Amino acid sequence: MRLDELTRPDFPILQRIVNGRPLVYFDSGASSQKPRAVLEAMNRYYERSHANVHRSIHTLGEEATELYELARDAVQRFIGAPSREEVVFTRGTTDGLGLIAETIGRTLGRGDEIVVTELEHHSNLIPWQLVAKDRGALLKAVPILADGTLDLTALDRLLTARTRVVAFAHVSNVLGTITPVTEIVRRARAVNALTVVDGAQAAPHLRLDVSALECDFYVFSAHKMLGPTGIGVLYGRRAVLDSLEPGRGGSEMIKEVWIDHAQWNDLPWRFEPGTPPIAEAVGLTAAIEYLEKLGLERVTEHERALTRQTHEGLARIPGVTVYGPPPEVERGAVVSFAVAGLHPHDVAALLDAEGIAVRAGHHCAMPLMRRLGVVGTSRATFSVFNSPDEVGLLLTTVAGLRSAL
Amino acid sequence: MSGTTPSASGLYSDVIRDRWRRPRHRGELPGANAVAEDVNPLCGDRVRMMLAVAPEGRITEARFVGDSCAICTASADVVADLIAGRSRGEAAALDVGEVLAVLQAEIRPTRMRCVTLPLSVLAKALDGSAKR
Ligand SMILES: Cc1ncc(COP(=O)(O)O)c(C=O)c1O
Repeated sequence: MRLDELTRPDFPILQRIVNGRPLVYFDSGASSQKPRAVLEAMNRYYERSHANVHRSIHTLGEEATELYELARDAVQRFIGAPSREEVVFTRGTTDGLGLIAETIGRTLGRGDEIVVTELEHHSNLIPWQLVAKDRGALLKAVPILADGTLDLTALDRLLTARTRVVAFAHVSNVLGTITPVTEIVRRARAVNALTVVDGAQAAPHLRLDVSALECDFYVFSAHKMLGPTGIGVLYGRRAVLDSLEPGRGGSEMIKEVWIDHAQWNDLPWRFEPGTPPIAEAVGLTAAIEYLEKLGLERVTEHERALTRQTHEGLARIPGVTVYGPPPEVERGAVVSFAVAGLHPHDVAALLDAEGIAVRAGHHCAMPLMRRLGVVGTSRATFSVFNSPDEVGLLLTTVAGLRSAL
Repeated sequence: MSGTTPSASGLYSDVIRDRWRRPRHRGELPGANAVAEDVNPLCGDRVRMMLAVAPEGRITEARFVGDSCAICTASADVVADLIAGRSRGEAAALDVGEVLAVLQAEIRPTRMRCVTLPLSVLAKALDGSAKR
């Protein structure tokens, strides 16, 4: 059985009729839909076990704490982290990247250097701009080559003895490019720079093993991987987390407090001030269990087939340009394209009239848009529930678009 | 309607299609003395409005250039149409309702910024030239 045949009944939202047609959802890269198991787990939690975590002595508080901490174990397993103390819950990728940028930022001095890439989402660029400005540090970007991959030769030139951080996406949310994480980490290590990987577009689609990637930090959101909004993960290598002062303060992250100082809590709570997203953690556990039951290899294979079908099909349509690495190169579940004579927003609106949801615009990657010489692209992204028939519908609809406006 | 040729008739009225394909006022305006440009942060669309304002304050011609969707382009074209011959004050008073009335389309809230971007650029152009 194909994966979509197996999973479609689990996604209640796929029953939606949009503009008179069955919903075809190709926007999981922005936020995926949720299987019933996730919705039910969160509901069950709220209906049976909700209380605040950690400081509650009563039964519900203990249940909530246990469920919250079980989510940490699930994430540890899911990403291959050596220990649960290295899994910090955040509100999402943007929050995690902001947290780590602020935290590392405090250790930077004037003239220190931060390296990002030209294909970053604004979430992995702006926090570093803020830090660079605040600390008098220098921000540099690795350019991309014509085929949408990173220019690693340029990376070698950009890395210096002053490089303190290299922050980059694992999978581009526009081009689908899979960056060579271990290779970049190796080169960053050679100059003693920390590595921060934005895994927002990788976690939903690829089997992760942060130990093998050897990066210092790995960040992603639950809502793009079948889980709820409002929670994300910051994995941090223990030795590095231990060496950092907490970037943000509040309850939960302390052991003992005096008016003028405090003693920090142990990892991972040291980096989790305030009441965490508890129900969301429960939902994330359910999402991880759902993906693991399907098997990440199978998920990758299914989405890769859809991505390839879309890429090759679109490329055959006269007047359609597909961005990013060629079809034979492995990429994430993302295909960005342009239709000659049509603005990306009009492409998205015309597809929406047929019930097909794609994203259009700059995808929060304006420097990359500038590099591509466009204001925006239309973008189809895939998940476990998408089918080859849906891709077929996308292709015939796009083929008819040029006469539509 | 066939599944392969979407018409999206509600959103893209005949006026919008026509002005997207054949805008009347698209292009540079060399003698412009009131110029402004702005970007829609949601989509990155960019519109520049150029006005030729006569000494007594009447707009003799308006043109626009930009990187914009059909709705935004049609809106800019209609704005340029509507303000030609108006005084500075009359142009500044141009209301989105007047533009929508010409466009005759069902603009959803998510696309309203596409209609209003040319209007805010117009306001900026008039503002900038008034201060000079
Ligand atoms: C590569 C990448 N980084 C960061 C983000 C930001 O994620 P979030 O909005 O969940 O914080 C996204 C998603 O929009 C993304 O695709």
